[in-house]
Amino acid sequence: MSAPAAAPLDVASRTGIRSGWGAMHALWAAALVLFAVLWLFAEPIAGWAFEYPKAAQIPLQRWIGNAMRWLVEDASFGLFTFTDLTRFIAAIIDFPYRIALGALSTGLLSGQGSDAVQILPPLPWIAVMAILGLIGHYAGGWRLAALVVACFGFIALFGQWTNAMVTLASILIAVPLGVVGGLLIGIAGYRWRWLEKVIVPVLDLMQTIPVFAYLVPILFLFGFGPTAAVVATIIYALPPMTRVTMLALKGVASEVLDLGHMVGCTRRQMTWRVMVPSALPGLMVGVNQVIMLSLNMVIIASMIGAGGLGFEVLAALRRLDIGTGIEAGLAIVALAIALDRLSHAVADRGLAPKHAEAEPTSLLARYPYVTAALGIVIVSGIAGLAIGAVQTFPAALTLSTGSFWEEVVRWINVNFFDQIEAFKNVLLLNVLIPFKRFLLGLPWLGVVGLLALAGWTLGGIRLAALVGALAFLIAATGQWEKAMVTVYLCSISVIIAGALGFLIGIVTADRERLWKVVRVIIDTLQTLPSFVYLMPAVMLFRVGDFTAMIAVVAYAIAPAIRYTVHGLREVDPHLIEAGTAVGSTKRQILTKIRIKLALPEIMLGINQTIMLALSMLVITALVGTRDLGQEVYIALTKADTGRGLVAGLSVAFIAIIADRLISAGAAHVRAGLGLQR
Amino acid sequence: MSVAPTKLVCQAVWKLFGSGAERYLSAHAEPSDNELKQAGLVCAVRNVGLDVHEGEIFVIMGLSGSGKSTLVRCMSRLIEPTAGEILFNGENLLKANAKRMIEIRRHQMGMVFQHFALLPHLTVLGNVAFPLEIQGIDRARREARAAEMIELVGLAGREGFFPRELSGGQQQRVGIARSLAVEPELWFLDEPFSALDPLIRREMQDEFMRLQSVLKKTIVFITHDIDEAIRLADRIAIMKDGHVVQIGTPEEIVMAPADDYVAEFTRNVVKAKVIRVGSVMTELPGRPPNGGWGGDIAAAATIAETAPLFTDAVDTLRVLNEDGAPVGALRRTDVVDVMMRS
Repeated sequence: MSAPAAAPLDVASRTGIRSGWGAMHALWAAALVLFAVLWLFAEPIAGWAFEYPKAAQIPLQRWIGNAMRWLVEDASFGLFTFTDLTRFIAAIIDFPYRIALGALSTGLLSGQGSDAVQILPPLPWIAVMAILGLIGHYAGGWRLAALVVACFGFIALFGQWTNAMVTLASILIAVPLGVVGGLLIGIAGYRWRWLEKVIVPVLDLMQTIPVFAYLVPILFLFGFGPTAAVVATIIYALPPMTRVTMLALKGVASEVLDLGHMVGCTRRQMTWRVMVPSALPGLMVGVNQVIMLSLNMVIIASMIGAGGLGFEVLAALRRLDIGTGIEAGLAIVALAIALDRLSHAVADRGLAPKHAEAEPTSLLARYPYVTAALGIVIVSGIAGLAIGAVQTFPAALTLSTGSFWEEVVRWINVNFFDQIEAFKNVLLLNVLIPFKRFLLGLPWLGVVGLLALAGWTLGGIRLAALVGALAFLIAATGQWEKAMVTVYLCSISVIIAGALGFLIGIVTADRERLWKVVRVIIDTLQTLPSFVYLMPAVMLFRVGDFTAMIAVVAYAIAPAIRYTVHGLREVDPHLIEAGTAVGSTKRQILTKIRIKLALPEIMLGINQTIMLALSMLVITALVGTRDLGQEVYIALTKADTGRGLVAGLSVAFIAIIADRLISAGAAHVRAGLGLQR
Repeated sequence: MSVAPTKLVCQAVWKLFGSGAERYLSAHAEPSDNELKQAGLVCAVRNVGLDVHEGEIFVIMGLSGSGKSTLVRCMSRLIEPTAGEILFNGENLLKANAKRMIEIRRHQMGMVFQHFALLPHLTVLGNVAFPLEIQGIDRARREARAAEMIELVGLAGREGFFPRELSGGQQQRVGIARSLAVEPELWFLDEPFSALDPLIRREMQDEFMRLQSVLKKTIVFITHDIDEAIRLADRIAIMKDGHVVQIGTPEEIVMAPADDYVAEFTRNVVKAKVIRVGSVMTELPGRPPNGGWGGDIAAAATIAETAPLFTDAVDTLRVLNEDGAPVGALRRTDVVDVMMRS
């Protein structure tokens, strides 16, 4: 459910098509006429073109369900069964997780469940904060230390400390495992070309399939609880690490490889002594990605038992407790900011070490940070036994904005209810519902055909085959109707977000100070967990498609703005100069030069917007849409793996179709403008 | 000239890029460029034969794309030649298995790279000690050896610096120290000074000559710079489109270019700095010339070196061979002739 990177363009296969533009127009006209005839007149004769016949459906759901059952009940590798394997993985994760959780949250326990007796208390909040501050100071000096302490201070102040520590514990486990796993897979993919060919499409799919969809099998295999949540987080956060690893290893200079061979490295030495260290700066980007994506997963992971901040947001959402929801959501943001900056600083420091000074002899002088941290832990631990405020953040000092937000919402609802309602109804009745009916009434056969034709026009036979096959699979697995609802919500949201983003982009592109403000706003919008968007939308518009649309637009508008501004600013200044020289007005320069040349970039922004919209749509299932997202969500509550995966794959297919078509279109436009990347 | 034993021999070495290259080459003995093109193959090294003698500086000179880098990588088998033999101390490297290759590279070969290829995460000391670390030599010994090498290239005091803290010239000194740390018998330098600016390049060439006067290694030196080649080489091989056009001493190359291509290269070389007295002297006259000998000059000296000796009063110099015996006479007119040629 991330924002997937724009897929590589398949430009090569496009050559030779451009020549036949006239024929292409004729072909399109014929296709559209055919489509219209099919749509308007064929329903009585060829009902199967409108509703995919049940008898011919591919029973993918059942197959997956059976496969899962077989895995859990019968699959065996001879010495051990599949269930043994999952238990083994669970144990690997569980053990360090217990330790981290004990240190940060529960303390050292003896016994099980509610009978457990606390032998040692967890680290006092002061100690955790001081240690994080020390790491900040070590990596980035006083300013970073202050930032980190401020972030965690914010968390404590709003009473989210305990929850945050639970979340932090699972992040501390998920990140190293995700990094190491991604690194190893990436190295393997680098070493064996055939493996890379297998890995890359899987990564593409994993980054477009909604996380909900693979929560179901994880739930099935690992049960409900923090272990399953960590597994889900790792699976979600690992693909970019793998991608970055393969890229970084490929980027190592060939001379460095030659050096490795010339000094007689064995294969292992080559990997670990030459390649990985040389690729380190690139790899650190991956590490940072893993951290950020793990934090993205916090809320979703709490659906299968992660607890912590994510659970707090989810629970607040169910209670419609906007204050708590926003506070917990912001606490996640604070955690993300602190960990992001820390990881950047540690990476920079690790990569630019100062040359060795004379080694001091005393332990304290040699390891000042470690000894200071140990000192703080011991002192605060002992003090914590005596003084409660040292051990846990005093509840009397915490703030809550809950009543404030409730007041705001109440005030809006009291004073503007009619206007809001009218606005909503006008849009619903005149735009949303007619558009939905229109899409649902289209024959799937015709849509598949038109998509394939679009693929052929933009990217040749391979793109046509891919797009057509994916669209057909959606129909053949019985997901067409729900997919159309998804497409309808997605496209309306994208049109609105794209139009708004485009306008805001044009207005801000030339105003440096305004752009700075806008950028801070969209950066914040993008780091806020997507769930947080739902709450105000629900409180103002109640549940339904309209609410979902508002939330999706709010979430997905950022890339539309960003790419528009970027595209407009990147236009070659010489061309603008040329435009001015021939006497164009400002408006002419904008419309005739800049927007035209920025078009490919803007299209990529729209592409990103679609991806974000799709990922948000799945989450809006919580507010009662009737689309694929809802299907995945229901499957999750019923632990129905087949249903969840099939619906999830359909979402992924929609995303891939949109991505490939738009990317190919952008390449087309770019070629038409004579721009080269 | 006495010939030292050969260290490295290349025999009919070919390198073709493209699929099915080996099969194609075994079917077609001497394919022309056009034939190769039709087969979809790219020829980087074409039927190269040469030998490198012990203790000499053998320079391979050519423009970019002439195949010189590919050839030197074939010599160390970083690139697998399509056909031919590489004999190192009489052993055919192409028959050596992976283990034997690792052994040879670890102990008998060293290489310096155009862009230094220093490992960014290691200090100067760590980089120079790296080849020894790979061999599993313990820390104290490898660092002692590395410190020695760093001293040798004049970087003492910088052991704790990281590559990014050094200038280009200093980085290449580290690269040189690293390649020497294993005491290689055969030293490859792949355009070692090309990435440096001209002043530093000159300084590094001097430094290189100083090192070689101490170390007396067998050297294969790659460059695209004819002046550098002439300055450093005992012998030069000039490459064009994958094959060797001419092999000879700098003087031979300048005096008797094999074809127009080589002549074009050497056109701007200052001949007086290459041509030696022995090549232009006249027969030793029966008796001293009118006005007597202006002085003595070694046969191995370059013409440029003799110029200051011809003062107004001096017209003829006596030429002595290596043993100090007079072997000829060098007249002012001969010198002027050579000077006019460039």
